[in-house]
Amino acid sequence: MSGEPPAKTVPARPAPGPVTKQARRRRSSGIGVPIARSRFLMIAVAVFVGLGLAWWAATGLEWVKPIFLPSPGSVATQIAKLATDGTLWLDLKASMYRISIGFLIASALSIPIGVLIGSFRSWEAGIEPLVDFIRYMPVVAFVPLSILWAGTGDTQKFLIIFIGTFFQQVLMIMDNVKRVPTDFIGLGRTLGLSDRKILTRIVVPSALPGIWDTLRISLGWAWTWLVLAELVAATSGLGYRITVSQRYFQTNTIIGYILLLGVLGLITDQVMKALEKVLFRQDGHSQ
Amino acid sequence: MNPPKLRIAGLHKSFGTGERRTEVLRDINLDLADNEFVSLVGTSGCGKSTLLSIVAGLQDFDAGDLSIDGAPILQPGLDRGVVFQSYTLLPWLTARQNIEFALKAAGYDRATCRRIALEHLDLVKLSHSADRYPSELSGGMKQRVAIARALSYRPKMLLMDEPFGALDALTRHQMQELLTQIWEEHRLTVLFVTHDVEEAVYLSDRIVVMGIGPGRITQTFNVDIERPRREEVMESPAFMDLQRGVHKAIREGSKRPEMALAG
Repeated sequence: MSGEPPAKTVPARPAPGPVTKQARRRRSSGIGVPIARSRFLMIAVAVFVGLGLAWWAATGLEWVKPIFLPSPGSVATQIAKLATDGTLWLDLKASMYRISIGFLIASALSIPIGVLIGSFRSWEAGIEPLVDFIRYMPVVAFVPLSILWAGTGDTQKFLIIFIGTFFQQVLMIMDNVKRVPTDFIGLGRTLGLSDRKILTRIVVPSALPGIWDTLRISLGWAWTWLVLAELVAATSGLGYRITVSQRYFQTNTIIGYILLLGVLGLITDQVMKALEKVLFRQDGHSQ
Repeated sequence: MNPPKLRIAGLHKSFGTGERRTEVLRDINLDLADNEFVSLVGTSGCGKSTLLSIVAGLQDFDAGDLSIDGAPILQPGLDRGVVFQSYTLLPWLTARQNIEFALKAAGYDRATCRRIALEHLDLVKLSHSADRYPSELSGGMKQRVAIARALSYRPKMLLMDEPFGALDALTRHQMQELLTQIWEEHRLTVLFVTHDVEEAVYLSDRIVVMGIGPGRITQTFNVDIERPRREEVMESPAFMDLQRGVHKAIREGSKRPEMALAG
């Protein structure tokens, strides 16, 4: 006798076709139920296309005045014009420079401080309550003060980006460090490592994927603070162009630049995510 | 008689201060002979893990004497290898690098680190996974690497805190068998914390039962089952009797002394 199932003696069951179909239908939605990547993309693209069409229709059918909402075509032409005459690139360059320096200064200071207060209780007592206090002061309120302190040049932009990101980063990095498993530190101690070595060889590498995530998230905020600083007082940059355009009712420039800022944010975020995958691929960091 | 490998004498430990102070260990006296395998069992909250952690040097104690080969234990050190319940493999290092990490801390040069690491991966039958990262290993494999790591730098004794507690039943059995084999071949003083009585009987020379309110040693069992032990031994009447006896002792130890008096 072969090991084949005795198919003919099995009592008739409902045909498998409809059963699986029913099961599949039940599972295509619901909390946490996965969907196909193609389906995900389709929905996402549909939302963008839908909004674009609505915009195009609203302006094309003249439901709104072009001065409030210019057409997609007008925005595209304007951005193309600014790109050809070089204005766009100069604005972009100025803004990129400011965000890079401001963000680097904030991160360079927040990482060591965050690691320190995440690891040592007395450092935490000294710094955490203060940072928590400052964190709740609205960054916007610092703008006039920052102009008094640092003028309207790049330094003031660095200052605003710093105030807006540093304090948040410190607390988030402290959390990243605190999430390092206690047993990892126990392991270091049972191997007779000094505190310093435990910090550099275990705590920091272990917290690094989390710290990277913190940097990625806070970089998004840095864009906001940069534009804020440029809106108020600047002679170049993306935010500056938006304010100037308001004076001349160039709504197409304003909208174009806002969209551009969104795209820039999206690109930096994706770059950071891609780098994360390369840097920490072996960690399987779902923690 | 030989002097004990590990001596715990009159050990007391409490958490907190003032009103909130709770006594977790009261007057613990326990000696481990050289190459003896001793398990600590007891209901949760009896302080068995705290005791192990104190021996590892990871926690302070209030009073008592603690020494290894006659030298007092003051801090954690390479003379005691520790295996934690959570696997504690560093995720950014491969299996081999995780072992080398410990050996490097112990002061070996690079070539020696590599050689010893590979030898120990072979010991836990993981040579084929030397260059895999922890995220690519199963729970049992991770714990085998952790055991290999703890053995690699030749500690005077091994401390294991419910090392197989997070594993599924089948893997746990395989790990117990592997550990018995390694231990029977290489002999080492082991202090082993578990809540699995069968595991304790299978692995140990001696079982120390701890009770609660406060944590203290209530009973000790010698395991006179001959070695080498293989899985079949778990079916033997002697094994089952002992298992039953330990279970009973744990149940008795899990009643608070006040309650026992009142009842």
